[in-house]
Amino acid sequence: MNPVNYLYLACLLFTIGATGVLIRRNAIVVFMCIELMLNACNLAFVAFSRMHGNLDGQIFAFFTMVVAAAEVVVGLAIIVSLFRSRHSASVDDASLMKL
Amino acid sequence: MENLIALLVAAPLLGAAVLLCGGRALDRVGHLLGTLLAAGSFVIAVVLFSDMLGKSPEDRTFSQHLFSWIPVEGFQADVAFQLDQLSMTFVLLISGVGTLIHIYSIGYMEHDERRRRFFGYLNLFLAAMLLLVLADNYLLLYVGWEGVGLASYLLIGFWQHKPSAATAAKKAFLVNRVGDMGLSIAIMLMFTTFGTFAFGPVLDSVGDTSEGKLTAIGLMLLLAACGKSAQVPLQSWLGDAMEGPTPVSALIHAATMVTAGVYLIVRSGAIFNAAPDAQLVVTIVGAVTLLFGAIVGCAKDDIKKALAGSTMSQIGYMVLAAGLGPIGYVFAIMHLVTHGFFKAGLFLGAGSVMHGMNDEVDMRKYGALRKYMPVTFVTFGLGYLAIIGFPGLSGFFSKDKIIEAAFAKGGTEGWILGSVALLGAAITAFYMTRVMIMTFFGEKRWQPDAEGHEPHPHESPSSMTIPMIVLAVGSVFAGGFFSIGDRFLNWLEPVTGHDHGHAPISAGVVTGATMVCLVIGVGIAWLQYGRREIPVVAPRGSLLTRAARRDLLQDDFNHVVLVRGGEHLTRSLVYVDHTLVDGVVNGTAASVGGLSGRLRKLQNGYVRSYAVSMFGGAAVIVAATLLMRAV
Amino acid sequence: MSAQLAAYSTSTGEAFQFWILGTVAVIGALCTILMKKAVHSALCLAGTMVVLAVFYLANGAYFLGIVQIVVYTGAIMMLFLFVVMLVGVTAADSLKETIKGQRWLAALCGLGFGVLLIAGIGNASLHQFNGLAKANAGGNVEGLAALIFTKYVFAFEITGALLITATVGAMVLTHRERTERAKTQRELAEQRVREGKHLPPLPAPGVYARHNAVDIAGLLPDGTPSELTVMQTLRERGQIRDVSGEALSDLKALEQRSADRLERSDERAEEASK
Repeated sequence: MNPVNYLYLACLLFTIGATGVLIRRNAIVVFMCIELMLNACNLAFVAFSRMHGNLDGQIFAFFTMVVAAAEVVVGLAIIVSLFRSRHSASVDDASLMKL
Repeated sequence: MENLIALLVAAPLLGAAVLLCGGRALDRVGHLLGTLLAAGSFVIAVVLFSDMLGKSPEDRTFSQHLFSWIPVEGFQADVAFQLDQLSMTFVLLISGVGTLIHIYSIGYMEHDERRRRFFGYLNLFLAAMLLLVLADNYLLLYVGWEGVGLASYLLIGFWQHKPSAATAAKKAFLVNRVGDMGLSIAIMLMFTTFGTFAFGPVLDSVGDTSEGKLTAIGLMLLLAACGKSAQVPLQSWLGDAMEGPTPVSALIHAATMVTAGVYLIVRSGAIFNAAPDAQLVVTIVGAVTLLFGAIVGCAKDDIKKALAGSTMSQIGYMVLAAGLGPIGYVFAIMHLVTHGFFKAGLFLGAGSVMHGMNDEVDMRKYGALRKYMPVTFVTFGLGYLAIIGFPGLSGFFSKDKIIEAAFAKGGTEGWILGSVALLGAAITAFYMTRVMIMTFFGEKRWQPDAEGHEPHPHESPSSMTIPMIVLAVGSVFAGGFFSIGDRFLNWLEPVTGHDHGHAPISAGVVTGATMVCLVIGVGIAWLQYGRREIPVVAPRGSLLTRAARRDLLQDDFNHVVLVRGGEHLTRSLVYVDHTLVDGVVNGTAASVGGLSGRLRKLQNGYVRSYAVSMFGGAAVIVAATLLMRAV
Repeated sequence: MSAQLAAYSTSTGEAFQFWILGTVAVIGALCTILMKKAVHSALCLAGTMVVLAVFYLANGAYFLGIVQIVVYTGAIMMLFLFVVMLVGVTAADSLKETIKGQRWLAALCGLGFGVLLIAGIGNASLHQFNGLAKANAGGNVEGLAALIFTKYVFAFEITGALLITATVGAMVLTHRERTERAKTQRELAEQRVREGKHLPPLPAPGVYARHNAVDIAGLLPDGTPSELTVMQTLRERGQIRDVSGEALSDLKALEQRSADRLERSDERAEEASK
């Protein structure tokens, strides 16, 4: 098996995550999909690291995890306060525009 | 000496400025100041005239260049004056009759609290009229032309508290605007054709220009003349203009301003000489107006409106003569001057009668006034004899010459024009005799006025009678003085040129025919009004009489053709505007609105929709990157 | 496994592992986006992450594999579950699309994007795999540490600052300052009288109901559930268990049984059922 298959898998997961962002209304699930996309990227980083034979790719994956953690903290806080004020976690409910 | 020319205009202009800006402080002396400045203008005119007489006929053209008005390359407009024999004639007439009427107005307007303003307007008129006849180019003439229009408007509407006067002023102004458009177009045509609008260069270079252009210019000038001189088809304002004070009717709407059209045609004689078609139209207009005014004058019971019809008719004579070319120019001007005397005198007489009759204007309520107003009777009677062409008086000489000239035109045209002029003479005799009989002879038909005051006819004060006497003297002797030894002809010939034409019948026959017409006209009038009792309430009359009372339906014609037509035109334009123009505009707005309404749906506020766009954009970028690499 | 072989191929064991676990990972990802309940989504995502951790380990990223399990699966997913619980664990999302055309567009974009990415990788010449044997020679953790504290030391420090900022941000976002004094019971009672609704205390749960659990609405005399009897938090989460239908069918069954026992006529029973 060629290790490039890891990259194909990463692409697949990334696309699934992106599609999930587009079709789900629950903000928490949307967030999970974003995490899925980030993880797909991490997998690609790790695969590239192996391809190039150095550890820089892993360092990047590591930083991605840190940033993702920070993002999750803030994002979930936003969801909680949104839920408090609107009694809903749906991203569609945040639209105040007339149709 | 030539530097005095500007003073002719400046004196009344100064008077107008002082009187109109001076305020109530001048109420006591305003009329005297105005009269003094008008008289000053006349004195200067006399001085210049005597100076001119002292020179040989070739050197009698004075000119004065004041300043360059619009000094632009290729467009030279100057404020410059030209005083030749033609202008001199007008200047003397305007300032002389003007001064007399200023004096008359002192008495006539004595009880009007706005007398100072009246004199200011009169001075303004004098200044504008003198500017008109003294200008050495058409543009400056146009300034004077508009100035007299303004003064006429202000003076017709002087009693603006009367709705009829305000309306009449507006009507006069609007109808005059039509003519003014003609003059402005004529000036523009001149500028494009000749590159200038000064009299000298324009009239000298007529020979090098195509007849079509000259005909166009001539017709436009004729339109201007029709507006100012109340000729068919722009005649409708003159009758209503009698709403103004009588001195105004005498000065502006009988003696001077309405003759400006004749001046314009005679001054532009070179253009008309080279455009026979335009000349023919001029004669037709003159002949039609001659009969038109005369018929209207026969039917009017209002003394001033009867005289206004007469004015129209007499100016028709002048225009007819002016249209005859060099045969008639001199006689047109001669009739203009004599008419200035006797018509001003007649109007002043009418004003004097009204003054004594509680401002009553209906002749059916006059009668037997000769005993109560002897001076007015005598002066009015002399004016009457002059206008009908009684042998030896002014009108006889001038009108007879015009009729001769009309026959001398030659051919069928000459016969037709001459016959019309003869017929006009007969009708003139009829309606003037009618006025005379209804006013001064017969039984008293006096009626109390609206407030119940019985009229007490009395002779007017001397400030009014003296001008009447002076004008009556002019009416009697001016014609003879001008004609004996062809004085007037010799005086004007260097400017206008002269041609005897080919008279098919001798002058004696024409004079005889005129006398016969005169006798017939007077006789019919005497049969109808002198022998019978005159009813106080006008009888129904024939169809023609009724039409003539309505000014031969001129207002109805204007209403139906112009007002209704204009209304329909504007209505259809409004319709086009609403449907087509607004349709396009509103349609554009609606389509933009509709489009944005649909585009707005893209901004639906759903974060997921935006995410789709973003994701699609990312896909496009990836595709583009790959494509670039593939290429 | 020779170094040459490692350049373009992996061992059979790894291949086997990739195909099995890769399938699991894709299924987990699909379940994440397709499950109705957020809890299920979270669990599926956690499964996918664990699979990814295994892949990291297989790719020689030992440290990262462990961190993936500890930080992601352990901490971040826990945080997700915590928030899911806070917001409403049983509330099932409707997967019915409300925005017109959104689903089609999403599918189109996703498909296009995926095809493009895979095509891009397929076209790239990525057949030379160096392997991490050399880089990991001194130990994977030591190698990462050497890079983090030398080459990437500033980025590392800045991510630290980012974490602190995020922590403070989360606190600020979720913290509510009480700006006014809490109302006393007396004031609450007066307010209730002023507003004129629910003068008496709210009904307790379970009244007229078959159960007395807090999430079961009490039944009104006509058998419909009264939402007032469930506490506000549960109402807002939508966690009311509706037993009215159940109760009515129970009642009907009881009547049927008693009718059978008393041997009443069938017409009577039909009438009752009507």
